[in-house]
Amino acid sequence: MKNGAPRLCSGRQVRVTTRDDKKMPNLKKLKAFSGKAAIVGVAESDQIGKVPDKSPLALHAEAARNALDDAGLKLSDVDGFFTAGYSTYDVAEYLGLQPRFTDSTSVGGASFVIHVAHALAAVAAGYCEVALITHGQSGRSDRARQPAHPGLPAAQYEAPYGIIGPPITYAMACRRYMHQYGEERTRQAMAEIAVSTRKWANLNPKAFFHDTPMSFDEYHNSRWIAWPFHLTDCCLVTDAGAAIVVTTPQRARDCKKGGVEILGAAEGHDHSIISQMPDLTMPFGRNTGPQAMAMAGVKHADFDLVMVYDSFTYTVLVTLESLGFCKPGEGLELVKGQRTAPGGAFPLNTNGGGLSYTHPGMYGIFTVVEAVRQLRGETGKRQVPGCELALCHGTGGNLSSTGTVVLGRRSQVTSDIEEALEHALDEDSSVDQDVGRRGSLAARSRERPPVDRAPSKPGRTSRSPRR
Amino acid sequence: MTDPPYDKPLPVAQPESDRYWEGARNGELWLRRCLDCKRAYFYPRNICPNCSSRNVEWAKVSGRATLYTFAIVHRAPHPGCEADVPYVTAIVELEEGPRMATNIVGVAADPAALTIGMPLRAVFEKATDQVTLPKFRPA
Repeated sequence: MKNGAPRLCSGRQVRVTTRDDKKMPNLKKLKAFSGKAAIVGVAESDQIGKVPDKSPLALHAEAARNALDDAGLKLSDVDGFFTAGYSTYDVAEYLGLQPRFTDSTSVGGASFVIHVAHALAAVAAGYCEVALITHGQSGRSDRARQPAHPGLPAAQYEAPYGIIGPPITYAMACRRYMHQYGEERTRQAMAEIAVSTRKWANLNPKAFFHDTPMSFDEYHNSRWIAWPFHLTDCCLVTDAGAAIVVTTPQRARDCKKGGVEILGAAEGHDHSIISQMPDLTMPFGRNTGPQAMAMAGVKHADFDLVMVYDSFTYTVLVTLESLGFCKPGEGLELVKGQRTAPGGAFPLNTNGGGLSYTHPGMYGIFTVVEAVRQLRGETGKRQVPGCELALCHGTGGNLSSTGTVVLGRRSQVTSDIEEALEHALDEDSSVDQDVGRRGSLAARSRERPPVDRAPSKPGRTSRSPRR
Repeated sequence: MTDPPYDKPLPVAQPESDRYWEGARNGELWLRRCLDCKRAYFYPRNICPNCSSRNVEWAKVSGRATLYTFAIVHRAPHPGCEADVPYVTAIVELEEGPRMATNIVGVAADPAALTIGMPLRAVFEKATDQVTLPKFRPA
């Protein structure tokens, strides 16, 4: 990676502050937490999209009820509560909940993915047994909007210049990427992402743009919001809520649909305002991706599904690179020729994403909702065949924070995981990146191509279900 | 004749940034510089973000910079910005090292008119009696 000392336009070597990059937490300890909690319920609010007749708190509450119903649990079962955007005590009071574990970690759209990590830790450590994570925002219809504290750095040093909101800050990051890797390449990749994501939305009845296809011409002819971003590079602004229920693997067995295991999780941030981002082309996923995968004992080629926060088309490009699915600057090769569209070799953002499904403001939770449904095989026309392992990744602020989780369906890989985990714990804390937890499984019984790291060979796009 | 009221967002200086905004009112760009690690940094704070030293000073800097990246805003993000679109937002790299966000003025709001790496110099635009904003134009 190029985090050490990238060459800037001036030709001078400038040290970039990424002091944390070499610090990976104790992997042996982390691995012991892998799979020690499971997601047993996921849901949206009753309606998503345009919901002017419900407050944001009402969206939280509906989603909470729906996710608990999905799990076959009751509100009275919940003893751990997690939310962002509001304090947990505001939302818990609204729900009539008195949790013994509370977490208001609020770092933008990554927060709810990070809550999954925190729920794993809290459940595994015994602080709570049933953890509820809720989200609710009326990005489109809210009657009250809160301005940020005017003394904060964003308000002092960026807002006075009309640098307000992600479309402008991310556009500046994107322009830098174009400078480093080529404007035409970047544009082509962004178009591929916009069009492929829309195709997935066309398969999702809940998607805002379910009935509206998008051609490459429509992408390129869309009006400018903040150059280099067309309108079609930008996520939606909607009203929506969502919720997740996490519990112990033992209790998950008694839940209505069983559990989807949380195998790996990592979080962090390296700046807040865009001018202070250490490297505009390499967000913090460079750390959270490898850490979450190392904890889970999996490698890139093992994933059947990748769900990343697509606030903008550029976000997807730079996120996939930061996570290591390709080298920096090579995202175009990963997404070219609609490889990430339905039927492609790299199933990505299969709900239609923030770009075309829903985006109320802090979208991250919806990556997890979709991944759990895919892992359970509930997604109808857009189902990824044989989906067993998924990566979810949230990004918050101005490419500021990231959270990555690795989710898997234990019923299909249990024995191999147990075996690999015991093997891994016997070893030193260093991880063999080539033979991950599923590496041995893949070597023995792989019948279909997984999501691959490198561009596919022709004819590599067909996927035969395993059983 | 009175000027229309200034209706764009205004900074609220904090104790650690009073000197910065006072400098801008005087047409000067002032940064914090660490006397231990010898590096200047943006934005002003009393503890160096690079080495945690409290041994920091104020330094008046040249105002020379290069364009690091930019965007051209077509949809105003705030009612006060509506009269300005399209306008150029940018991150510039100061000669002394730090990067800061700003506007590029004195140039067309057109990608073809802006080149990454182009030399810039600071100019100071008075917003109100209390607030002057450092902006940049082609050198």
